Amino acid sequence: MLEIRNLAKSFGGVKATNDVSLDFPDGSLTAVIGPNGAGKSTFFNLITGALRPDSGQVLLDGVDLAGRSPPEIVRHGIGRAFQVASIFKSLTVQETMLAAVSADQRSSAVLHKRFPLPETRDRAEHVMELLGLSGKRNRTAATLSHGDQKLLDIALALVLEPKVLLLDEPTAGMGPEERWRMIDKVRELWETQKITVVFIEHDMDIVFKIAPKIVVLCYGRILATGTPDEIRNDSAVIEAYLGTEHAGAAA
Amino acid sequence: MTELEAGRAQALVPVRSGAALHRYRDVLIALIAFAVLASLPFFTGSKALLDFVIRCSAYGLFATSLNLLVGYTGLTSFGHGMFFGLGAYSFGLIMQKLGLSIPVAFVATLAVTAVIAAVIGAICVRLKDIYFAFVTLAFQMLIHSTILSWASFTGGDQGLRGGIPRPEFLGINLANHVHLYIASCALLILGLLAMRQIAQSPFGYTLRMIRDNAARASFLGIDVWRAKLTVFVLAALFAAMGGMVMALFVSGAYPEFAYWTISGEGIFINMLGGVSTFLGPMVGTVLLLLLNDTVTRFTEYHGIVLGVVILFFALGLRKGLLDFVAEWFSQRRDAGEGR
Repeated sequence: MLEIRNLAKSFGGVKATNDVSLDFPDGSLTAVIGPNGAGKSTFFNLITGALRPDSGQVLLDGVDLAGRSPPEIVRHGIGRAFQVASIFKSLTVQETMLAAVSADQRSSAVLHKRFPLPETRDRAEHVMELLGLSGKRNRTAATLSHGDQKLLDIALALVLEPKVLLLDEPTAGMGPEERWRMIDKVRELWETQKITVVFIEHDMDIVFKIAPKIVVLCYGRILATGTPDEIRNDSAVIEAYLGTEHAGAAA
Repeated sequence: MTELEAGRAQALVPVRSGAALHRYRDVLIALIAFAVLASLPFFTGSKALLDFVIRCSAYGLFATSLNLLVGYTGLTSFGHGMFFGLGAYSFGLIMQKLGLSIPVAFVATLAVTAVIAAVIGAICVRLKDIYFAFVTLAFQMLIHSTILSWASFTGGDQGLRGGIPRPEFLGINLANHVHLYIASCALLILGLLAMRQIAQSPFGYTLRMIRDNAARASFLGIDVWRAKLTVFVLAALFAAMGGMVMALFVSGAYPEFAYWTISGEGIFINMLGGVSTFLGPMVGTVLLLLLNDTVTRFTEYHGIVLGVVILFFALGLRKGLLDFVAEWFSQRRDAGEGR
């Protein structure tokens, strides 16, 4: 279980994350929504160690990870994919996967053997299969389509076998049809892999359709949490999305 | 065995034997290259040709080690030449002052280089891009001026004079020109083989990941700083090997070996030969030394000619020679598949 306790981060006078406390039970699927600048990406950056929180705790199965380095946090089981696909552009899909498994098996500093190590093969193969990238294994990452690059980014997180997977806008920059394909994939991964998934999404249709639980952030604070129905009827949320100054001030 | 397991086992076999096969192939190529080089003295009495190969060994080791940083890790060092100079001076001083046997001095020099490279690297590899380049350059200047000003120890601007003693070991007498030639070739081939292994190891792929996207690599659990420091030290060791070959060749060590122009030549060689293939710097080394030797024979303005050549590669081809060849082959292959 991932528990966030009183997490806070300010940039100068701006409270990007302001006293956020949330529970993500094992195997849950949660969407994080909120207007631009609500602090969604900052929230992810604090959990994954890209930013150091000013105060608060990030507890994964009772271990506090707040303020630790990204490699340490990844090793504890929190994986992430990025808003802009973050991949290794000169490596092929297969090399990317094999190298990532090497990193996870702590053999990324091995000098006396040849790449790839045989024991990295199965996991790399499995995840390429899972995300439908097997057919493009020998393609250089830079030559993949935008959608496939996003899939490769997710595959990189998934191949580490995380307990918690954070997806920062998996559908960013995609056309409507591609969005649904991607989000179906995310849902399928969540169902088959039995991991905790938290994702940021702007498209309300997608969020209300697939997320059993939704968190709404606004000005760094939690505006509301609940099921799609609860969120849809929450007056504060409606106001925030109407974009009135009033909603933000009240929050 | 179920069908699934059978399929998986089948998929596994090619990878394992494939990786091993590549290693055997590299060793085979190295053995052939060594055999060809080592048999050269039997076919030609040309001392100049053998000298040329020895200088290629020294510069080739140095330039290829620089490519581990520039091409594989994306660390553009402007001060890599300091380890070339350090290797030459450490080896020369150990031989002159302590009178150890050559293999012992060789290992001791590598140890000294490793320690100094670890200290300098620990400071430099945290820095990015141009800052890394300039701080490495600053350390190079520091080492160069130390050599100049500590004249009682290093001989100052005169260099290490009086020759480096070359006592015989294991029946090898490096004072003998052919012996020195064969030893240089052996060091070159062994060094290249070791660097090839580094480049093709899991660590080598970690370096490629850091070059492409260091932030992402750290989100895969890779300690980027430690990996960069490791390759910085490893590259320094091979540069020092090059320096030792040079010291043996000229039987001395001179401040120019540690001057920034050596680093510049390393970068120049990498631009000529190309950084996207393992042997690019080796090709660049041969090209540069050939150019140097022929052009200086005809004109004293060889700097202008070399400048024009590098401009042709940098602005005309926009890549090194071997990059160009490799690209041409892959395009031809793709076109062939398309048909």
